[in-house]
Amino acid sequence: MKIPLSWLKDFIDLSGLSVEDVARKLTLAGMEVDEILYVGLPMPVYKEGEKHEFKTNGIGWDKEKLVVAEIREVNPHPNADKLTLLDLYDGQQDQVVLTGAPNIFHLKGTGKLEKPIKVAYAKEGTTLYDGHAEGQVLMTLKRAKIRGVDSYSMVCSEKELGITDESDGIIILDDDAPVGMPLADYMGDAVLDISILPNMARNANVIGIARELAAMLGRELKKNSNQLPVASGQSVKELVEIEITDPELNPRFVLGLIRNIEIKPSPYQIQRRLKLAGVRAISNIVDATNYAMIEYGEPLHAFDYDVLKKRAGDKKIKISTRAAKDGEKLKTLDGNERTLTAMNVLVCDEKGSLSLAGVMGGSESEVTDSTKNILLEGAAWNFINIRRTAKQHNLPSEASFRFSRGVHPAMSEGGVSLGLKYMAEWAGGAVAPDLVDAYPLPPRDAVVEITVNDVKRWLGIDLTLEKTAELLKRLEFKCEVKGDKLQVTSPNHRMDIGEGVVGVADVLEEVARSYGYDNIPTTTMADALPPQVGNPIHEWEEHLRDLLVALGLQEVVSYRMTSPEKEGRIAKHDEYVRLANPIAPEKSVLRRSLVASVIDSLEKNIRYSEAFSFFEIGSVFVPHKNELPDEPRKLAIAMTGLREATAWDVKDSAKLDFFDLKGRIELMLSGLRLTNISYTATSAYSHLHPGKAAEVKAGDKVIGVFGEMHPLVKEQYELGDSPVLVAEFDLDTMRAISPTYGIKTIPETPSMYEDIALIVDESVKAETVEALIKQTGGRSVTNVRLFDLYRDEKIGAGKKSLAYALTYQAEDKTLTDADAAAIRNKIVKRLEKEVGAKLRS
Amino acid sequence: MQDKLNEIEKAALAALAEVNDPAAVEAWRVTHLGRSSELMGVFSGLGKLSKEERPTVGQAANRVKVALEAALEEKAAVVKQAALEKSLAEEKLDVTLPGRNKHIGRLHPSTQQLRRVLSILAEMGFQVFTSREVETDEFNFQHLNFPPHHPARDMQDTFFIEAENRGDNPILMRTHTSPGQIHAMRYFAATDPNNPPPIRIALPGMCFRYEQITARSEVQFNQVEGLAVGKNITFADLKGTIADFVRRMFGEGARLRFRASYFPFTEPSAEVDVECFVCGGKGCQVCKNSGWLEILGCGMVHPNVLIAGGYDPKVYSGYAWGMGPERQLMLRNKVGDIRYFWGNDVRFLEQF
Repeated sequence: MKIPLSWLKDFIDLSGLSVEDVARKLTLAGMEVDEILYVGLPMPVYKEGEKHEFKTNGIGWDKEKLVVAEIREVNPHPNADKLTLLDLYDGQQDQVVLTGAPNIFHLKGTGKLEKPIKVAYAKEGTTLYDGHAEGQVLMTLKRAKIRGVDSYSMVCSEKELGITDESDGIIILDDDAPVGMPLADYMGDAVLDISILPNMARNANVIGIARELAAMLGRELKKNSNQLPVASGQSVKELVEIEITDPELNPRFVLGLIRNIEIKPSPYQIQRRLKLAGVRAISNIVDATNYAMIEYGEPLHAFDYDVLKKRAGDKKIKISTRAAKDGEKLKTLDGNERTLTAMNVLVCDEKGSLSLAGVMGGSESEVTDSTKNILLEGAAWNFINIRRTAKQHNLPSEASFRFSRGVHPAMSEGGVSLGLKYMAEWAGGAVAPDLVDAYPLPPRDAVVEITVNDVKRWLGIDLTLEKTAELLKRLEFKCEVKGDKLQVTSPNHRMDIGEGVVGVADVLEEVARSYGYDNIPTTTMADALPPQVGNPIHEWEEHLRDLLVALGLQEVVSYRMTSPEKEGRIAKHDEYVRLANPIAPEKSVLRRSLVASVIDSLEKNIRYSEAFSFFEIGSVFVPHKNELPDEPRKLAIAMTGLREATAWDVKDSAKLDFFDLKGRIELMLSGLRLTNISYTATSAYSHLHPGKAAEVKAGDKVIGVFGEMHPLVKEQYELGDSPVLVAEFDLDTMRAISPTYGIKTIPETPSMYEDIALIVDESVKAETVEALIKQTGGRSVTNVRLFDLYRDEKIGAGKKSLAYALTYQAEDKTLTDADAAAIRNKIVKRLEKEVGAKLRS
Repeated sequence: MQDKLNEIEKAALAALAEVNDPAAVEAWRVTHLGRSSELMGVFSGLGKLSKEERPTVGQAANRVKVALEAALEEKAAVVKQAALEKSLAEEKLDVTLPGRNKHIGRLHPSTQQLRRVLSILAEMGFQVFTSREVETDEFNFQHLNFPPHHPARDMQDTFFIEAENRGDNPILMRTHTSPGQIHAMRYFAATDPNNPPPIRIALPGMCFRYEQITARSEVQFNQVEGLAVGKNITFADLKGTIADFVRRMFGEGARLRFRASYFPFTEPSAEVDVECFVCGGKGCQVCKNSGWLEILGCGMVHPNVLIAGGYDPKVYSGYAWGMGPERQLMLRNKVGDIRYFWGNDVRFLEQF
């Protein structure tokens, strides 16, 4: 919300404070100033890179060079049809100024004006914005000849002074503007752009901000009178009546009347403030409703009284409010016909609907240039209905912004009075006596009792009830000490204070803000440290991450959102957790496959490196219709590219294959201290090569599957020429398996090493041979390592040679060659018998 | 014979003078001290000499042998030293050639930052508590004091999940880790419902907001929250805890300030600014010249949240604070584009 400083100063004395000081006070109290826009007041100059607390923009007006002047004569330019020459007086001397401004042009040739026109005059050498350039470009006025006439100064448009981006005409100041006064003194301003948090709806107006500042500064809030201006004629009560159908939706509805107004532009100072606050200036009547709203916080709506009177057949006008019927239609001010639902609330007369309550008026009864009499509405609405209505019809407006956050019903009356007052000031006219006020549901002001201990217990500060009361009174809470309690009553401009324990916290927040967060001490918790408990799942996953990183794998973290098409390239599922409001089609569901996520990362990167080993740990989402999904934890790995890093003297490396991945998996599982691991060939997974895939079991539980990506799946991606290896593990299953923590003791007896090569049929699995060696060797064989796999004609077709390095060792003695030979012979015999192995000599 | 031995010695020493590399040293040894050398011939000829001559010649020959061996040893040392010097002089690497790299693994930057945060919190007694990413409206909003249609919901644009007949309790992607506050309080309260134990936990995890993906906004981001609940916990304690955390996280000198703010689930609420740790508060691009960095949000746990968690706000109080590891990294490492985090571009990941 944009608030001009000059407007704030109507309500609080800010002397001795810089604009930044004001902005800092507000920011610390919860009204964050996002930007300060200087529009005339001297702007602080910051050097490049120098600290400035607030984002600053705008322009300061030179007091010597920019002054109020009056145009006394408007003459034609001798050589240019579209230009006029203005004779003006700047308070010191007469000046001749050229202009092409369209709002002066009609006076061309008038010569001496009956009534001088007040303008913003910029002398030679003034720096201001270029009115003809795109955006805001600074320029300095220099002397030049334009079509034979000397030009050195100008009368300014709003764009040139940084008020708006309007450059089409010059500013015409109010008649009482003092000629010769520096413009900065007359109307120099700064605009604070303030974020209004949802609990601070009460401050979405000038008085609200001024009230907060007064509280934080300990200064007085100047109040303007919201008394109905002097009234005449027939009372509005005799002309209009109000019926509220549902007080929950519409707790209060107030109407006032002003007669014989004249529609014309508002005074320039009013227009300027509205424009700086981000509201267009339209006419004195519309401006009065907006001005009163921005100043006081109550959105107002002006009806053309005569239209309503005609609709009522010259009888008493009966205004009613009700929920709309589903499908009912209303043409709003913006010219759109809107189809309504039962959640919308309507203001109606006996002929039908007039406006969409709290959001936008209807077009039929709107104020026009010929309007003479105004019926002015101020009301209170249920903020939820307004919020939903504004969203449903996509109608964010100044009114709905306020009503959807809650406007206190007490403000309806003051708002209407203030609006009528401004209308009378700016549009002439006479206010009719009285207001029609239907107030079926006045809210109860929250009453909260707090104690010294509440303040101590919640905020950690010692305050007497009297001091607490003083802090709250600054914010207009009513406070009364009752024994050891302070009874606090919420002021009737705010709706955010609850009752009971919630009310206590609400009031304590105000105590803290008023006291100043900075003044609250910084203490170390006296509360006992709770029993410390670990998080085994989290710790286990972090350990797993460390293991994988140590194995050379890079962690990635992916979007949870994907699309069935994207994921379907590697994992097809029919059911998904689907987003009701996806931001994009490729992010329409939650992932079911973590491998798919990791492969996506691989694909994006494939050109940027020679080798990739990625892993991700995270949830996938398994849907349950209309219920929360399961979120099982998974690990996915993907590898591709070169096994070794190349260098200037290392040119070739083999490509990563199945066994590189398997090796990582083996090391990972041993790092997790999982034993009894077995690998079984599988062709059951469509994304894996049927001959290069394995299931991993711990005991009898499948914990994961891995292998080379199926060539047809790989074709769906752009993944280069190397094989792509993928693995997915089910972490919930893995974590449930008890690890084996024991270690083997290191024997003190020497060990013997021997290699044996065995020729077996191709069909015999390495796993079987190794198992037989271990079984037969028993405790004497402490290590078995396959170091060569060899196929050759000499060995014979359909045969392979498996070469093992064996380690023999006894716990209690040093083995001799003869001992070793005996063990070896036993092993070879067993292998001959069981798998037809032959010792290769 | 004596003359012959003198000849042998003289010739050998003369030859040795010419020797200047290790191969020549060995060749000289073979020629002059080897089995078929002239000197060895003298030794093997001793048997043919008379008993009288034998000791004399033997002694003389031995003297020559010892002399030659000494000369050899001396020469060998000189030659070895020369060879070493030569090779050291010749074996010069271009040390500016690049080293041979390995393909190594790293943790994702977010994981690294989460660990920094969580390890500080663990030292302060806040232990990790995790909860689900897809939530109900009840846990993500209502229990956290966002009633249905509350304006505060506008602060957290939400992804909803397709589901029917859920009324005011739709399924959604959690917008913050705060639903974990309710899960945690209920978990702990259940252990002793009449006298629930105090709580100190850290809630890390991925959160989701309905945003367009741009350099400054993302649909998912990590959050870490700290939550303390007990019978004697105040806003002043919150300030103390945050001051401790900030000191550990951003350095001893880091000044901070508390600004009043609003979160439905805390009251009073505050935003905490830390003096810019890039420029020390002097003003720079990172802090947009303001000298302050908005680093976390915090407040006293709202009574309605305590009630929803099974803790009586008349007896218990607590505080919570939340922060974004990615935002911290963006500030500290000057990451200009938040999309880098889930883009997983190796050229980004490699820099952490």
